[in-house]
Amino acid sequence: MAEKQQRSKIEIGFVSILLIIIGFILSIPFLWMLLSAFKPNPELIQIPVRIFPETWTLENFTRLFTEMNFGTYLRNTLILVGCALIGLIFNAMAGYSFAKFDFKGNRPLFFLVLATMMIPGQVTMIPVYLILNEMGLTNTMPGIVLPGLVAAFSIFLFKQFMTTIPDALIEAARLDGAGEFYIFFKLVLPMAKSILAVQGILAFIGAWNSFLWPLIVANSQDLYTLSVGLALLQGQAGENYALQMAGSAVMVVPILIIFAIFQKYIVDGFTMSGIK
Amino acid sequence: MELVRKKPAREGKRQSAPYIFIAPAVLLLLLFAVLPIIIALTISFTDMDLRGISNWSAISFVGIENYRVLLSDPIFWTSMYNTFFYVIIGVPLVIISSLGAALLLNYSSNKLFRLFRVIYYMPAITNIVAIAVIWGFLYNVSYGLFNQVLLFFNTGPVPWLEDPTIAKLSLIILAVWKGIGINMLIYLAALQSIPKDYYEAATIDGASRTQQFFKITFPLLGFATFFITVTTLIGWLQFFEEPFVMTEGGPLDGTISIALFIYQAGFSYSNFGYAAAASFVLFVIIIIATLIQFTLRRKQGDM
Repeated sequence: MAEKQQRSKIEIGFVSILLIIIGFILSIPFLWMLLSAFKPNPELIQIPVRIFPETWTLENFTRLFTEMNFGTYLRNTLILVGCALIGLIFNAMAGYSFAKFDFKGNRPLFFLVLATMMIPGQVTMIPVYLILNEMGLTNTMPGIVLPGLVAAFSIFLFKQFMTTIPDALIEAARLDGAGEFYIFFKLVLPMAKSILAVQGILAFIGAWNSFLWPLIVANSQDLYTLSVGLALLQGQAGENYALQMAGSAVMVVPILIIFAIFQKYIVDGFTMSGIK
Repeated sequence: MELVRKKPAREGKRQSAPYIFIAPAVLLLLLFAVLPIIIALTISFTDMDLRGISNWSAISFVGIENYRVLLSDPIFWTSMYNTFFYVIIGVPLVIISSLGAALLLNYSSNKLFRLFRVIYYMPAITNIVAIAVIWGFLYNVSYGLFNQVLLFFNTGPVPWLEDPTIAKLSLIILAVWKGIGINMLIYLAALQSIPKDYYEAATIDGASRTQQFFKITFPLLGFATFFITVTTLIGWLQFFEEPFVMTEGGPLDGTISIALFIYQAGFSYSNFGYAAAASFVLFVIIIIATLIQFTLRRKQGDM
C-alpha cells in the first residue's frame, strides 16, 4: 500500500510539472500583453526583444482614459452587463414556468425555445438589423441590448434545475397565501442560487465581451462598448502596440479576476446541470 | 398541479401566472430569433439591398436567382473550402486537447490543480478583439514574439498571417487555444461524475491504466464527447470572429469563412438578399452536420 501511494505521489508530481509547462505556454499571450502594457512603445518594437520592461510606465493606461474615451466605453459595457443580469431573471422565470406549471402550450413553446439554439447568428443578423431599423432602435442602447437579452440555452439549464425543486414546497407556500411572484422571488430564486451564480458569471462574461452586435448597431462613439472601442483603437493607434496592449489588458484583466473568484461555481454548475 | 383546483377563488390568477413568467423570454425570442429566420428565408428570394431598407417597393422577387449566382461565385466556394479546412483540422484538435487537459486536471484536486483550472480556462473568456490585438502582435513578422523566438534558434521568419495556407493554420492555433476552456470544463464535470469504485474494482481485477481509460473512462464520457462534438462542429462551421478581426478574410481570401462571406455580402456590400441566401446554405449545412451526428450516435445504440 505504502509503495502504491508513493508511486502516485511521483505521478502527481509529474502531472503537476506537465500542467505547469502547458499552463505557461497557454499563458504566454497574457504575460506578453501585461508586460508590453507597462512598456513605453519604442521599447516594444526594439529588436532583439526584451521580456521585462526596462522602464515601467503607467502612461499607456492613463492615455486610454484621458485621450481615448475608454471611460465612456467602460460605462456602456457596464450598462450592457447590468441588462444581461435582468435578462438572466427573464430566463430564470421562463425556466421556472416551463418546469413547474402545467399550462396549455408548455411543450410546444419549450420546443420552440430549444429550436432557436440551432439557428446560426449569421442567418438572423441581417433580419434582426432590419427589425431594429423598423422599430427605430438602431444606434440606441436598447437596440444593442434587446436582441441578446434572453438565451435559449440559459432557459434550458434553468428548467433542468428548477425541475428538481419539490412541488410540495411551492404548494405549501401557495396554501399560506403567497402570490406567484412572491413565491418565485422569495422562495425559488434563493434555492437556485448555485445555478444563478454559474449563469450570472457566464452572462457577465458574454455581455462584457460582446462585440459584433454593438459594432453593427452603434454608429456613434458615445454608444461604443470596450471591445468596439478597442477595435477602433487598433485602427487609430496602428503602430502603437503598447497602447493597444494596455487597452487589451483593461478588457481582459477584470474578467479574469471575476472568473478566478467564481470558477468553483462554474465547474460545479456544469456537473449539476446534467451535461455529463 | 392538480392541487391548484383546491383554491378556485384564485384560479384565474393561477392560470395566467405561467404565461406572465414566460412572456418576456418567449416574446424576445420570437422577435429576435424566430421572426428573423422567416424574414431571412423571404429576402433570400429577393434582390433586397440598401435602397430596399427605406423603400420596400424597390425590392423585387427574383426566385432562386441568388442561390444560382451563389453557386457560381468563386469566393463563395473559397469560403466553403476554407470553412471545411477549419472544421477538419480544428474540431478534432479542440476535442483532443480539451480531453487531455481535463484528464490532467482531474488527477488531483489540490490547490495547484484548482489554480490551473483557472489558467487553462483563461483563453476561453478572453475578448475576441483583445485576442486579435495580442495575437496580431505575437504573429507580427518583424516585432512579434514568435518570430523573435525563431530568430533565436536561427530559423524563420514565418509569414504567420501573410501566406493563405499558413494564415489559416495560424487562425486555427488561436481558435484552439481559445476553444479548449469550455470543453475542458464539460469533460472535467463528466470525469468527476464517474464513481471511484469502478476504478478500484478494475485495479483489483488487474486492469492496466490504459485498459481502464479505454474500457471505463472513455465509454463513460460518451455523452460529453457527443455534446462537445456537436457544439464544437456547429461552432466551427460558423467560424467568424477570428478571421474577421485578424485578417478580414485575407490574404487573397485565404482565410474567408462562410460566415464572414455572409457578413461581407450583407454589411459591407449591402447585398441583403444575396447574404440571406448564403446564410440559408450555411444553415442547411449545419442542420445536416448535426443530423449526421445524431444518427451516428443512435447507431452506437446508447441514445
